[in-house]
Amino acid sequence: MQEEPGAAPSGPGLVERYRVRQKAGGLVAPLLTLLLAFLISGVVVLATTGSFADTGKTYRAIFRGAGLNWFFEVGHHTVGLPFSHARVWFPWNTDDISSTAAANLEQTLILWTALVLTGLAVAFAFRCGLFNIGGNGQYLAGSIGAVLIATELPHLVGLPGALLAIVSVAGAALAGAALAGIAGLLKGTVGAHEVITTIMLNWIVVWVGSYLFDIGGPLQTKAAGAAGAVPSSADVPDAAKLKVFWGDPLLQGVHVGIFLAIAALAVYTLTLNRTTLGYEVRAVGFNAEAARYGGINVARNYFVAMAIAGGFAGLAGALDVLGWQYRVDITTIQGTNVGFLGVAVALLGRNRAVGVALAALLFAGLSTGTASRNLDPTIFAPGVGSSLAVIIQGLVVLFVGADLLVLIALGWLRRVRARPARQATAAQGAAP
Amino acid sequence: MAAEAPVLEVRGITKRFPGVVANDRVDFDVRAGEVHALLGENGAGKSTLMNILYGLYRADEGEIRLRGKPVVFGSAKDAIELGIGMVHQHFMLIPVMTVAENIVLGVEPRRDGFLLDERTAEERVRDLSQRFGLAVEPGALVSTITVGQQQRVEILKALYRGADVLILDEPTAVLTPQEAAELFEIVRALKADGKSIVFITHKLNEVLEIADRISVLRRGRMVATFPRAGATEESLARAMVGREVLLRVEKTPANPGEPMLQLEDLHVVDDRGIEKVRGVSFEVRGGEILALAGVDGNGQTELIDAIAGLRHVASGRVRVAGRDVTNGGARVSLDAGLGHIPQDRQLRGLVLEFTIAENVELHDFDKPPASRWGWLFPRRFVERARRLIREFDVRGGGPLTRAGALSGGNQQKVILAREIDRDPQVLIAAQPTRGLDVGAIEFVHRRLVEERDEGRAILLVSLELDEVLGLADRILVMFEGQIVGEFPPTATEEELGIAMTGGRQREAA
Repeated sequence: MQEEPGAAPSGPGLVERYRVRQKAGGLVAPLLTLLLAFLISGVVVLATTGSFADTGKTYRAIFRGAGLNWFFEVGHHTVGLPFSHARVWFPWNTDDISSTAAANLEQTLILWTALVLTGLAVAFAFRCGLFNIGGNGQYLAGSIGAVLIATELPHLVGLPGALLAIVSVAGAALAGAALAGIAGLLKGTVGAHEVITTIMLNWIVVWVGSYLFDIGGPLQTKAAGAAGAVPSSADVPDAAKLKVFWGDPLLQGVHVGIFLAIAALAVYTLTLNRTTLGYEVRAVGFNAEAARYGGINVARNYFVAMAIAGGFAGLAGALDVLGWQYRVDITTIQGTNVGFLGVAVALLGRNRAVGVALAALLFAGLSTGTASRNLDPTIFAPGVGSSLAVIIQGLVVLFVGADLLVLIALGWLRRVRARPARQATAAQGAAP
Repeated sequence: MAAEAPVLEVRGITKRFPGVVANDRVDFDVRAGEVHALLGENGAGKSTLMNILYGLYRADEGEIRLRGKPVVFGSAKDAIELGIGMVHQHFMLIPVMTVAENIVLGVEPRRDGFLLDERTAEERVRDLSQRFGLAVEPGALVSTITVGQQQRVEILKALYRGADVLILDEPTAVLTPQEAAELFEIVRALKADGKSIVFITHKLNEVLEIADRISVLRRGRMVATFPRAGATEESLARAMVGREVLLRVEKTPANPGEPMLQLEDLHVVDDRGIEKVRGVSFEVRGGEILALAGVDGNGQTELIDAIAGLRHVASGRVRVAGRDVTNGGARVSLDAGLGHIPQDRQLRGLVLEFTIAENVELHDFDKPPASRWGWLFPRRFVERARRLIREFDVRGGGPLTRAGALSGGNQQKVILAREIDRDPQVLIAAQPTRGLDVGAIEFVHRRLVEERDEGRAILLVSLELDEVLGLADRILVMFEGQIVGEFPPTATEEELGIAMTGGRQREAA
C-alpha cells in the first residue's frame, strides 16, 4: 500500500507525514515561522508604542542596533591580509572601528560565535536522536575549564606564547565533552533520559561554579580593584587571550575565535556526512533499531554524540572567556542563557550547518539590536527593549515547535488553491 | 441474483495524487447478499478506491450511487450514516476498553443524559453477536482477546452502526488458517442476512473460496470482473500482474552439505521476562531451506533475534559456520557469515530516511571499500547501489532515492540485495514476502531458491503455509517456544495447522 500517496487510514498518519516533510528541510517553513514571529511581535510593539510609524522605527532601530546596516555602506576600502603587511581591496570599511555600525556588528559577531557553537551542540546530539538541553552547563564547564587552565597552568609549567591559549581551548572543549558524555553514558547504559540528566548536570555546574568563584569561594579573585565588583575568577593572563583582529580589545572586539566557530560548522557537516562516525550517528538518530540490526553499537554512539556536542558547547565557553570576558563572574554563571539559545538556533536552523549559521546571526542580532542603547528612548522605554528580544525569541521558538502547524496550513493553502483550478479543467474537459 | 440492482455502485471514478493516477475511470458495484472481491497488487489503487467509498477521499471525477441515488460523502461519518462500514487492516480499537465499550463508542446508549449505560450496551452487543454468529465476550477487555476476536469486534462495530455494505480490507492478513476459516463462516452468515461485502485481498485462494464476483485492479484501472465460476488462480494472477506468473516455486531436490547454523538447547527471554524460546535445538545445512512454521507469537521472533545477536541468549549455544556467536552482538553474527532479512523491513531492515546507497552499506560502511580510516567514500556507495539495483531489479528510484520513498516490494528487494551481496553462509529470511504482491513474491521466492542452490543454509520463518510448503526442504513447527514437530514438504496444510496450534505436540515431539 506504500505506493499510494496519502493513504490516510492504512498509511502513516497526518502528523507522521508532515514530520517527514519537516525533516526534509526547505526554506519556506523556517522563513514563514520567522515572518509570523515578527508580525506578532509587531503587535506587541504596536501596543507599546501606539503607532505604526513608531513600530517601523523600532524595527529599523533593532536592525541598525545589530550593526547589520554596516553591510550596506559599501565603498572602496582596503583590508590587511593576516600574517603580512599587504592590503587588498574590500567593499566594507574595516578600519573605522569606532563607527556605531561597526561597534554593533562586532557585538553581534561575538555573540554569533558562541551561538553557532551552542547551536551545533544541540544540532549534533539531535542528529543522533538526543535532545541536548545541557548546552548551558557544557558552555559553563568550558568557561570554567578555560579559566582554570589559563590561570593555574602557568604556575605548573611555562608554556610558550599562544600554546597556553590552545591548551586552554582544548581543555575547555574536553570539559564540555566530559560533562555531556556523562549524560550520553547514562543514556546508553541505563537508559536515563538525556533531557533529565543534562538539566541536572546544568545545575551541578552552576553550583560548583558558584562555590568556586562566589564571595569567599576558594578561587574568587583577591586582586586589587576587584573589591566591590561582581565576584569572579582571576583574570586570564594576556598570553591566553585570543587575538582581537577587528575592533578594540578593551571594548570587546571580534577575536580569532570566530574562525573556530566557522571551522566548527565545516567540521559538523563533514563529520556527519563524510565519516563513519557521522554515518553511525545519523543511523542511530533516524532509527536506532535498524542501526543495531546493522551492527552499530547504539550505546557507544549516544556517548560519542553527546561528547562531541558537549565539546562544541565547551568550545563556546572557552572562546567567550579567552576572547572578550577574560574571567568568569558569578552573574554569568548564574544568568547565562547562551546554551538555551542554542536550542532555538538549532531548531530554527533545522540542524544543518548553514541553517545554524543563519539562525545564530538572527538571534545574535536580535540580542544586540534590542539593547536599550540602540532603541529610541522616546519611543521605546529603556528596559522594555530587551524584553522585546525575549518576546521575539520566544515566539520564534514557539513557531518552530509548531511548524508542523505551519506546514499543515501550507498544505491546506495548496489544496485550496489547487481545487478551483482542477474544477475548471474538469469543466473544460466536459464542455465539448 | 445477477439481475438484482446494485446496492452500491461507482462509475468512472478517477483520483489523482501528485504524479500518480491512483484510480483511472474505475467502475465497481456490489449487490445485496453478495461478496465482491477486489484483487490487485500493492499500489494498484484498491485502498484508494475503498477510501473513496468510505468517504475518506473525494474522487476528482465520477459518481457514487447508493441504492440508485447519487450520493456525495463529505467524510467517513456520512458514509457510516448511509450504511457503509469498513474494517481496516490495522484495527482501530482501544485496548483498555471492553469489547462492548469499543463497539458502542460514539453512539453510546446513555442513562441520566450522559452516563454510559453499560448494561444496555452489553445486551445490544450480545444480541448482535448472536444474530450473526460472531462469538465475542462483551465484557472482556480488548487487550486480552485474540487478533481474530478483535477483528470480530471491528465487524460488530460496523454492524452496530447499521452497515449494509461492509468493506473488509485484507482481513486475513493477520489471521491463522483456522481463524481465517472462521472469518469465512462469518462472511457467509452476513451474506445470508442480505449484507453486501467488499473483500479486499491479494490472496488468490481466498478469493476463489469466498467471492461471488471478483474484480481486478491493475495500476489504477479496473482490468476485469470475473464471476467465480470459471476463474482460476492462474487467470486471476495473470489479470493482476499483467503477465504469466509462476505461482508454484520451481526447484530441484535439495543437496544438503555441512551444517552451517547450529542451535543447541536455546533459551530466550522476552522484554517482559517471559521465556519465549524454551530449549530449541536444530541445525540448518548448506544447500537446504529449513522452514520454521508457527502461529505468530510462539517464540519465532525471539529465536531469530537471538541467532542474529539482537537479543540476549539466556542459555544454550548458537554457531554460525562453526563459529560460536552466542551473545556476541549483531556485529559478530554478521562477521561470522550471517545474512538476515528481518521481519519488519521498515522498523529494522532499513533506515527509511537514508538513501538506497546508504542502506546498502548498513553492515559494511565501516570497512573498505566503503570507507577507510573513518572516512566514507559515498561514490563507492552509489556504485554498489547502482549495481544491486540493476541486479535485483529495484524499481522506483536510483541510488540516491530515499528508501522510504520505495514501495514495500522494492524496499524488500533492497534488503535482499544487501544481505545476499555480502555472500552469507547462513541466510535468515523472516517473513520475507509479508505484504508483497504476487510479482514481488515470485521474485523473492526464486531468489531464495537460487541462493540455496549456491550452497547457502537458509532458515525461512513464515506465517504463510503456502510459502512454507512451497519453499521448504524440511519444515519445523514451533509452538509455545518449542519445536513440536518436523515435517517433509509433502505435509498437508491440515497437518501443519494442527501442529501449529499444539494439537499433536506430544506425538510429534
